[in-house]
Amino acid sequence: MIENVVKLQLPVHENLLIKRNRLQPEEGKENRGRISIVTGAHGDELEGQFVCYEIIRRIRKNPQLLRGTVDVYPVMNPLGMDSGMRTLPKIDMDLNRMFPGNQDGGMMDKMAAQLEASLLGSDICIDVHASDTFVKEIPQVRISDEFEKMMLPYAKHLNVDLIWINNTATDHEATLSYSLSKLGVPSLVIEMGLGNRINRKYGLQAVDGIFHLMKQMGLWDGEEIKTQTPRIVTNADIEFIRSSESGIFVPYEKNYGIVRKSDVLGEIIDPLRGKVLNRVKAGYDGMVFTMREHPVVYEGSLLARIIKGKEAAS
Amino acid sequence: MKERTIFTMKAPYREDYEIKGYSFGKGDPAACILGPLRGNEIQQLYICSQLVKALRELENHNCISSNKEILVIPGVSYYSMNVGKRFWPFDNIDINRKFPGNDYGETVGRIAHNLMERIKDYSYGIQFSSFYTPGDFVPHVRMMETGYQNTSLANLFGLPYVLVRKPMPIDTKTINYNWQDEMTAAFSVYTNKTSVIDESSAKQAVAAVLRFLTRMGTIKYESHSGFISHIILEEDLSNVVCETGGIFRGLVTPGEAVRYKQPMAEIIDPYVGEVKNVIRAGTEGVVFFAHTDPLIGEGDIAYQLIHRLHE
Repeated sequence: MIENVVKLQLPVHENLLIKRNRLQPEEGKENRGRISIVTGAHGDELEGQFVCYEIIRRIRKNPQLLRGTVDVYPVMNPLGMDSGMRTLPKIDMDLNRMFPGNQDGGMMDKMAAQLEASLLGSDICIDVHASDTFVKEIPQVRISDEFEKMMLPYAKHLNVDLIWINNTATDHEATLSYSLSKLGVPSLVIEMGLGNRINRKYGLQAVDGIFHLMKQMGLWDGEEIKTQTPRIVTNADIEFIRSSESGIFVPYEKNYGIVRKSDVLGEIIDPLRGKVLNRVKAGYDGMVFTMREHPVVYEGSLLARIIKGKEAAS
Repeated sequence: MKERTIFTMKAPYREDYEIKGYSFGKGDPAACILGPLRGNEIQQLYICSQLVKALRELENHNCISSNKEILVIPGVSYYSMNVGKRFWPFDNIDINRKFPGNDYGETVGRIAHNLMERIKDYSYGIQFSSFYTPGDFVPHVRMMETGYQNTSLANLFGLPYVLVRKPMPIDTKTINYNWQDEMTAAFSVYTNKTSVIDESSAKQAVAAVLRFLTRMGTIKYESHSGFISHIILEEDLSNVVCETGGIFRGLVTPGEAVRYKQPMAEIIDPYVGEVKNVIRAGTEGVVFFAHTDPLIGEGDIAYQLIHRLHE
């Protein structure tokens, strides 16, 4: 059943609508709980579109296997996505830094508040993100360390390559996942791929993980899906490689996967003078899981992240 | 007046990004005045420029108190201003959501960190700011309720109002919140415009800062004593909400007193021109904030009223 969870009248002609598709067990079958899949808080992150499609497709193919409510929200920032814009149009604010919203605030504050209210009561919420237009990520779950105990058991089922337990809580306080978790709805963020792109392989991997989790929670009676065991890391396990120069980053071909200390990941060049400004090297043996895709860099721009250690590099 | 370089960074194709400051007097770091952090804050840039002009004249007349130093930083956001953007032009990051920043992180976080390091030791921090929704305010001093806020000091600006806001998660990375965290008495000064210049409120803001600096013993300046500020909590403001989308025709402006049920705005049907809704005051009071965009959506705040206060 497709329904509007937010409907607010825009100035001219149309309404701002946030829709969800609620899928429920066939009549007479037990309903054991509720999972919400949300995506599209950032209008330039499209990986979740394929994930939503594929979840609904699989359930529609085998509706008799569904044992719980599945709420699918393909876009939380519809005006942004329809305008090819990451933020909320007009006010240019990041929706995922506006939660829990404010029912007494402006239109967008109300939208955030109503959206979050519609998710309360879920047994779990999965928020699918797609990095941004600057760096590409392998499929991973990010958890604020404050909620590690609550989230880790769920995250392990999600078939991602990596679970990153992040201790920079102040970055996350106004996100949907943090806000929902504070209200007792366990919320996990999947990050994968690259802004403005869809990677079918990553999408299928994430969907397998979501069905695996639903199976463990008793919400899906389908066959067991074989999933991988993710590597669990904290900030201390990660080398952040940032640009020391402003210029143009040209990655080397082999820019994902296993690297050895001192391997060159790419170069920052000066196209005007024909010079290499910096050769970007791995500081550790390890595995590259984030890689720069947008060539223009300023000092401090993120170029790569590496999970440090021989184990990661094996 | 001494020109200071606060921070520099190379850009791929533009002249180096450089945060410039102007210092007046010598000695203890007394007051830091920070101009626009966003590219659309033209009024705030103008106010800062007028303040630099005034402080220069005062310094030339030996009116900066001994052992006191004032630093004015007018142009953090000029990279955005010159290309018509509100936030950092390359990745659209809001620097006022990145404090205190860090020196090993992303570009805007590094700018925030380096700026913070340079300004955190001042006793008083004054920022000219704007709000993210389009509209005009009554000139006021705004501060976060961090536990360190000092409304008595805010009173010394002599502006009509001091507003105290309970911080939400969205606020914890702003300059005001983090400056207070560093034990600087931090004040955000709001005038009634942002992307256009309003001479009269700009003059009022310059006068308010000079009045504050005089009262804190930082400068010697004879000024009008200003207002005895009315201190208000943001949660006590009464929101007048628009119930329908359309063209906004405002009937009252910030600072005006309104009576209960008084028409405050008309919402016009954008296609057939009829008045589809009249927004009325839900209480007696003074208009604190007024929406100014010609378009308005359902649920938008058209006005904020200071409850039962008269002109």
